[in-house]
Amino acid sequence: MINRLVVSNLLHRPIRTGLSILAVTMEVTMMLLIVGLAEGLLEESQKRSRGVGADIVIRPSASSAAMALGSADIPAKLAAFLPEKYDEIDMAMGTTLSFQGDLQTITGVDWEEFTRMSGGTHFFSGGPPEGPYDVIVDEVYARYKKVKVGDTLELLNSDFHVAGVVETGKMSKIFIPLETMQDLMGWGSRFSQLFVKLHDPADTQRIVEEIAAQLPSYPVYAMEEFLSLAEADIREMSSQFIHAIVALAVVIGFLVVLLSMYTAILERTREIGILKSLGATNGFIVTVLLREIAVLCLVGIASGIAAAYGIRAGLEVSFPLVVVLITSDWIVISSLLAVMGAALGALYPATRAARQDPIHALTYD
Amino acid sequence: MPQEKMIEIRGLKKVYQMGGVEVPALRGVDLDALQGEILAILGPSGSGKSTLFHIIGGLTPPTEGTVKVAGRDLSRMTNRKRTELRRQTVGFVFQKFNLLPTLTARENVQVARHIAGVSKETDQGFDELVKMLGIDHRLDHKPYALSGGEQQRVAIARAIVNHPPLLLADEPTGNLDTENAQAILDMLKKLNEQLGQTILMITHNPEAAAYCAHRTLHMRDGHIVDA
Repeated sequence: MINRLVVSNLLHRPIRTGLSILAVTMEVTMMLLIVGLAEGLLEESQKRSRGVGADIVIRPSASSAAMALGSADIPAKLAAFLPEKYDEIDMAMGTTLSFQGDLQTITGVDWEEFTRMSGGTHFFSGGPPEGPYDVIVDEVYARYKKVKVGDTLELLNSDFHVAGVVETGKMSKIFIPLETMQDLMGWGSRFSQLFVKLHDPADTQRIVEEIAAQLPSYPVYAMEEFLSLAEADIREMSSQFIHAIVALAVVIGFLVVLLSMYTAILERTREIGILKSLGATNGFIVTVLLREIAVLCLVGIASGIAAAYGIRAGLEVSFPLVVVLITSDWIVISSLLAVMGAALGALYPATRAARQDPIHALTYD
Repeated sequence: MPQEKMIEIRGLKKVYQMGGVEVPALRGVDLDALQGEILAILGPSGSGKSTLFHIIGGLTPPTEGTVKVAGRDLSRMTNRKRTELRRQTVGFVFQKFNLLPTLTARENVQVARHIAGVSKETDQGFDELVKMLGIDHRLDHKPYALSGGEQQRVAIARAIVNHPPLLLADEPTGNLDTENAQAILDMLKKLNEQLGQTILMITHNPEAAAYCAHRTLHMRDGHIVDA
């Protein structure tokens, strides 16, 4: 019977019910998308770094794990020196980096070396670069820019010929020949970073320590350490923003539910009086209201999760470069936060309703 | 054998605080009502009859005096105990019907049973009751789709569905046309005869009181002026 009362109350005021559900929906969607964007960025960046196939990364002298620099100060001879110095090193590969407008990096790479280090890359169309102005793009970038093999792509103020479209998830979305990039950027034969692959990955930590001792001015990382540090840096940079958005979402949910339930209580003053005249306890009145909130929350959370997945699907089509990772952890967290915000919002109206004087309530117009 | 008292009131006073000013509503009321009696209380607006109704129904506590309903002293009751009294001992019928607008007639009656903790399985008298009140064919309609007379019958059904020994009716015919008003009064008489409930009816209408009540009291300025 309580459930019937709850449902009939909610259906009786469809606009207010709809607005309350919308607020919870927005709250959950906001949290999932904002956190999903940060997680997606991180996940994608780590996937691409792992896709290089290296065991060790040597970075420019003034860089951090999280921030790549669009410059090159690692001398080319280092790439030749390291495998000669250490028998444990299978190969060393220097690459260059420069930023493209839409938050993408262009990577200058020797394609043969990259293929050897990464274990090969699947081409959806075309093939490896043959000329100095051949560019290889991954399939996500190709979809986003709507380019195909044979098209021209303007990069670094020069026209490049799209030679191939490869699978995504290995090092970069845009590859151009290393020497071309070094020429265009005026970097001579220097690299932006150096990747090292060992014969046996078990030697990684020891070789890292030895190279670091040999090259004290360059940050040297084991790949997993590098990814871990980059993750920590990115999380630290994004955490305040995420916390602010989450807090804002919870406050929105709290305020809308508070306002909605408060006006509902005012409107239903006489009905509360009727229930009290029938002998309904304060607990009964609060239970009815809290069940209403529970229904609003459940529907809002479900539609918020659905909306987040829907928007993610839309972004994948419209903006393929944007990766949104919706995790089960954050589905649970955002749901709990939505429930918490709504429960707090319902607390005062429910208490007020329970404490209504029945005579005042029965004569309320 | 003497009948037992359903209502026993001695020296009842009620004072409301309004903006720091004390407003006496009842100035010392003594009243008895026997089991199975229909008692009508007549009086002008402001005479205190609604306050008396609210106190007997456990909706508000007395300021002074003793009020016993079915042998239980309301003047010493906590809010929780008065809630229990409303659930178990008293049924209300209001002038404005006071049905829950979002529920059907059937649900309006059932909600009273639910609050009283009576399960559907033991709801054997329900069909008989709604048939007796002539609303069995209107049970799936919401209040806005019912006439005033039908709404008041649903309200009566709700008030007596848990078989409370005391039925309090506040101007039960006040919002009805003559025909429906007469039907409701007949209904109350019939219920009293068939179920033996004590009925306390507050009304402005001396004819209604004379038609229905075994005894009529008059109130003025917070007192019962004749008995």
